Amino acid sequence: MKVLVAVKRVIDYNVKPRVKMDGSGVDLMNVKMSMNPFDEIAVEEAIRLKEKGVATEIVAVSIGPAKAQETLRTALAMGADRAILVQTEEEVEPLAVAKILAKIAAEEQPQLVILGKQAIDDDNNATGQMLAALLGWPQGTFASKVEVSDSATVTREVDGGLETVKLNLPAVVTTDLRLNEPRYASLPNIMKAKSKPLATKSPGDYGVDVARRLETLKVSEPSKRQAGIKVGSVDELVERLKGLGIAK
Amino acid sequence: MSVLVLVEHDGSHVKDATLATVTAAAKLGDVHALVVGNDADGVAQATAKIAGVAKVHVANGAALEHQLAEAVSPIVVKLMDGHDAFLAPSTTTGKNIAPRVAALLDVMQISDILSVEGPDTFTRPIYAGNAIATVKSKDAKKVITVRTTAFEKAAAEGGSAGVEQVDVAGDPGNSSFVSLEASKSERPELTSAKVIVSGGRAFGSSEQFHALLDPLADKLGAGVGASRAAVDAGYAPNDYQVGQTGKIVAPEVYIAIGISGAIQHLAGMKDSKTIIAINKDEEAPIFQVADIGLVGDLFKIVPELTGKL
Repeated sequence: MKVLVAVKRVIDYNVKPRVKMDGSGVDLMNVKMSMNPFDEIAVEEAIRLKEKGVATEIVAVSIGPAKAQETLRTALAMGADRAILVQTEEEVEPLAVAKILAKIAAEEQPQLVILGKQAIDDDNNATGQMLAALLGWPQGTFASKVEVSDSATVTREVDGGLETVKLNLPAVVTTDLRLNEPRYASLPNIMKAKSKPLATKSPGDYGVDVARRLETLKVSEPSKRQAGIKVGSVDELVERLKGLGIAK
Repeated sequence: MSVLVLVEHDGSHVKDATLATVTAAAKLGDVHALVVGNDADGVAQATAKIAGVAKVHVANGAALEHQLAEAVSPIVVKLMDGHDAFLAPSTTTGKNIAPRVAALLDVMQISDILSVEGPDTFTRPIYAGNAIATVKSKDAKKVITVRTTAFEKAAAEGGSAGVEQVDVAGDPGNSSFVSLEASKSERPELTSAKVIVSGGRAFGSSEQFHALLDPLADKLGAGVGASRAAVDAGYAPNDYQVGQTGKIVAPEVYIAIGISGAIQHLAGMKDSKTIIAINKDEEAPIFQVADIGLVGDLFKIVPELTGKL
């Protein structure tokens, strides 16, 4: 079976984002960019399914700027077989991303689409669920374990513990942190990835209007907390806790 | 404007997340609530008492017991014929269902709102809360998830709404519930606890994490949280995780022990009223947000603290 994985190029996990002075957004000039960490987990899971003999082909898709090619090459170096870049310099919202992915899914006919549960830039946590809705497929969100046979059994990280659901295939899975630990691409595989097929398309090729539905009026800094005081001993801390009314 | 709120419940009780979502919804218009479950009439009756709720819709069915998104979404979509906005709390249930509803309505969801600035304008955190975006929705209907720590809880008593049964569309039948491995705890839930003690990787093992933190939490009547590092290392289960992609908490007092304070962790707790940090590294970033800090070895400090409380 074929597995589709979606990857997004985002600010690197270790970089502290800075709001632009004019309030128009977050400054991404000369900032290190990487694959969204949850998407790395998605790629890794697809590769593991292939290594188990469940998946036969992995197609990685990214919707983003020309530089998202690098993100796709990373996915290819990790072990994806081919890639599709839907190139646009616009910032594309989850709804439009889901519409493009739904069109690609209709063409490619995967049995499973794996995505990160959320991108660490816009923090929406929406694309996978939206894609499942548009395709009429079931969804296994926030997955910490995925088993695929003639159906998918997905263990989900939920507020009250771990929930396991069974999904008919085809299905959409979104990854949580504990699903796996993504591998690093080896140098030979990075070299090999350069010759793997990467097709470039545009949103128009799929007939999807990517005009934004949410207009960002401004982006501002959150209110900052001030560092407080340091106490020198446990006794002092106990006094403070009493002052806060949480200790007697 | 007529607003539909998805009620978060466990089959018998309405969760606090619902009350905060009702407050957010009331800023937009008349609040109707939707209770989905199996045999959920008791929850519907409790919902009818929430101050500010004008009407309760209840959808009952065996296939709805576990509120799977595939079965719940069509019910919401149908009810949205008569409503202008759909609000769900940013819980794992709300985050599972709301985007599915949004796509079926061809609406871009407004995720995790912090405030209602107008009928179509909201603030929401982006980049792990390192920036706050003010966004204006151009969609005719709104689908919104609500960061529950950002809104006061509506009073659980005081309302007297009518309850109406909803016709349940057929179960799509493409997903089914298998099991729930529920974390068993007598302690307060993180999202509603007044005090939270939270531990990091510095505890070194699951045994030490629990041996040191549990007695302290018991003394304070606190919920127990953890950093991602502690959860990844297996010291604590996943539902303990506080942070950008875990639980967002805002207790009266948050005590971070052996947690350095990565931005992803701070994103989940920096709205706490008072933050206390205990860490052996006095340069740890957690001290930059802490109101009260104590530098030292947690293996000495925590037992001493527990003993003196």
